[in-house]
Amino acid sequence: MGVVVTSPQFKDNARQAMADAPLQRALGHVRKNFIERRAAAAAGLPEFEALRDSARDIKNHTLAHLDLYLEEWERKVLAAGGHVHWARNAAEANRAIVDICKARGAKTVTKGKSMISEEIGLNDALAAAGVAAIETDLGEYIIQLRGEHPSHIIAPAVHLNKDQVESDFRRVHTHLPKERDLAEPTALLAEARAVLRQKFIEADVGITGANFLVAETGSSVIVTNEGNGDLTQTLPKVHVVIASIEKITPTMEDVAQLLRVLARSATGQEMSVYTTFSTGPRRPGDPDGPQEYHVVVLDNGRSSMLGGDFEDMLRCIRCGACMNHCPVYHAVGGHAYGWVYPGPMGSVLTPTLIGVDKAGHLPNASTFCGRCESVCPVRIPLPKMMRHWREREFERNLSPAALRSGLKLWAFFARRPALYRLATRLSTKALHLMGRTKGRFAKMPLASGWTDHRDLAAPQADTFQALWKQRRETR
Amino acid sequence: MTARDDILANIRRARGVAGGEAPRRAAVEERLARAPTGIIPARARGDAAHRLALFRARVEAASASFATVADAAAAPDEIARYLRDANLPATLRMGADPRLAALPWAGTAIEIARGASDGHDLNAVSFAFAGIAETGTLALVSGPDNPTTLNFLPDNHIVLIEAADVVADMETVWARLRERFGKGALPRVLNLVTGPSRSADIEQTLLLGAHGPRRLHVVLVGAGEIGRQD
Repeated sequence: MGVVVTSPQFKDNARQAMADAPLQRALGHVRKNFIERRAAAAAGLPEFEALRDSARDIKNHTLAHLDLYLEEWERKVLAAGGHVHWARNAAEANRAIVDICKARGAKTVTKGKSMISEEIGLNDALAAAGVAAIETDLGEYIIQLRGEHPSHIIAPAVHLNKDQVESDFRRVHTHLPKERDLAEPTALLAEARAVLRQKFIEADVGITGANFLVAETGSSVIVTNEGNGDLTQTLPKVHVVIASIEKITPTMEDVAQLLRVLARSATGQEMSVYTTFSTGPRRPGDPDGPQEYHVVVLDNGRSSMLGGDFEDMLRCIRCGACMNHCPVYHAVGGHAYGWVYPGPMGSVLTPTLIGVDKAGHLPNASTFCGRCESVCPVRIPLPKMMRHWREREFERNLSPAALRSGLKLWAFFARRPALYRLATRLSTKALHLMGRTKGRFAKMPLASGWTDHRDLAAPQADTFQALWKQRRETR
Repeated sequence: MTARDDILANIRRARGVAGGEAPRRAAVEERLARAPTGIIPARARGDAAHRLALFRARVEAASASFATVADAAAAPDEIARYLRDANLPATLRMGADPRLAALPWAGTAIEIARGASDGHDLNAVSFAFAGIAETGTLALVSGPDNPTTLNFLPDNHIVLIEAADVVADMETVWARLRERFGKGALPRVLNLVTGPSRSADIEQTLLLGAHGPRRLHVVLVGAGEIGRQD
């Protein structure tokens, strides 16, 4: 159900993605826009680095007391007249939401953008129960029309170009005149706005995610730019929030700290356009708003991450900065990662959620350049955690045989320093002699992984260690 | 075991705690009671003139338009001018806020509708609960006075704000909310709005007017002329 896992085929996915010309064109926008905008936003706030520390500390404090803050948050939701549904896994979360929809005879639900709903495969579960789910975020709407899944956690259709969107709108919006002009992005936006406006008004249930759940007040918080999340939760009779347990944030002040790094890291805005705190259902005298307010709070393996090597990952606030700055993401895009969460955060999170046996390639899809960690607003040590996964993959004999025997061979020499020095000196000298005319090799046995794509430089006359020693002796 | 008990037990097992330990409970209670403020950017610190100038600059940076009126009684004329200049019909929906009801609408040609929106209104006006100078953000609260639907359904949203309600930062808004609604309580909806609706989902090109208002016009009441801040 939900996203079909293709993470085990990461290498094939990546190869295909790199040969996909429209995808490569679309990825150019990520490389340029996201990086420049975040850099400008960070430079525009002298306190930005200190706020990153503050955000990290708030998340660490919350994770250390997660059980107590969850209990406090639940008390507050109930006091405001809301309902809380606890879900251990995807199946329980889907069942809770389907039950709410069925009990109210819902035929259509509108949805704000929610990565958790992708994680649990909510749309398929609703469809199986005869409930049509309509994505209302522009990017989500576009990819729903195409039967695709998000390729980015905050820009779900970032892998597409506008001509692709135009042809999808012409294919699906058949009630509109054929000769209409959709050449400009503004025309596409206006058309989506008009089509979805009616859906907002007709929907029986509105489902949103949450960026934060506030323990102090029992509120859920969504952060959006389009306003679709607000229409989704304001117009229908029932508002359902789906959120995972680590979204808990102690106080309003803590939310303010996190908001100051969230939008800046994500889109380079100081604040997203709409930051909305929702607390319970419609109150006496309210002329609008939902009559019921439900929160489905999901674990799905997260509680098991506490206290272990991957706890730091639970600080993630889903800004997308790590993928926006990742050379691997820039090269292959989000779909190659083969599940819901792409980029560096996905490479760490996906193995914990679907298993390292399926997602073992992802932590290997890194150059360890460290840009992800250098921009993470909550300072998650992403490269370190990818290394943890590589170690586990090795321990569980999941890495390929050639790699394992190569490492064993290397280890044999590495444990015998004199032999290691002798062997490397001999091979370095041999390569130097062989390559002295051209200074490089176009082909080399056992090194085709390198030489198929570029020349291998011929080494200098001796090893680094030997040259170093010589230099010190001559001084 | 219910899912709730199971999840909480899992968390406690992973943490190596029982849940009831006094120091942990005390840490949580203390944080909830005291709500420490953390780091507040210095940029909004200063006197009222600085705060209002920064507010104006940030509102305009977020692609909203901005006007000032000497007192609330001058607001209907400013709104009529705004609608006329934007070639919009002279219609306006508003909630039951007594501050809006008291204004001299009869002096303009604007046709007034009252109550929540059903999606068929072009223009609406709301009174903000507060403004945040740090980011040019408006804070609006739900209820009959200023229905939430007015913030999102109409194409053009006009928001009035008293100069005295423009504060430095979010933390000051939180303090005012606690004063009004009580500690640990919020109105059903608190909207923080920074500029008009937008999307960059098509080729990362930023376009205004995605699902919410295409235009946001902020009218500051009772501040005199606010200088542009560069």
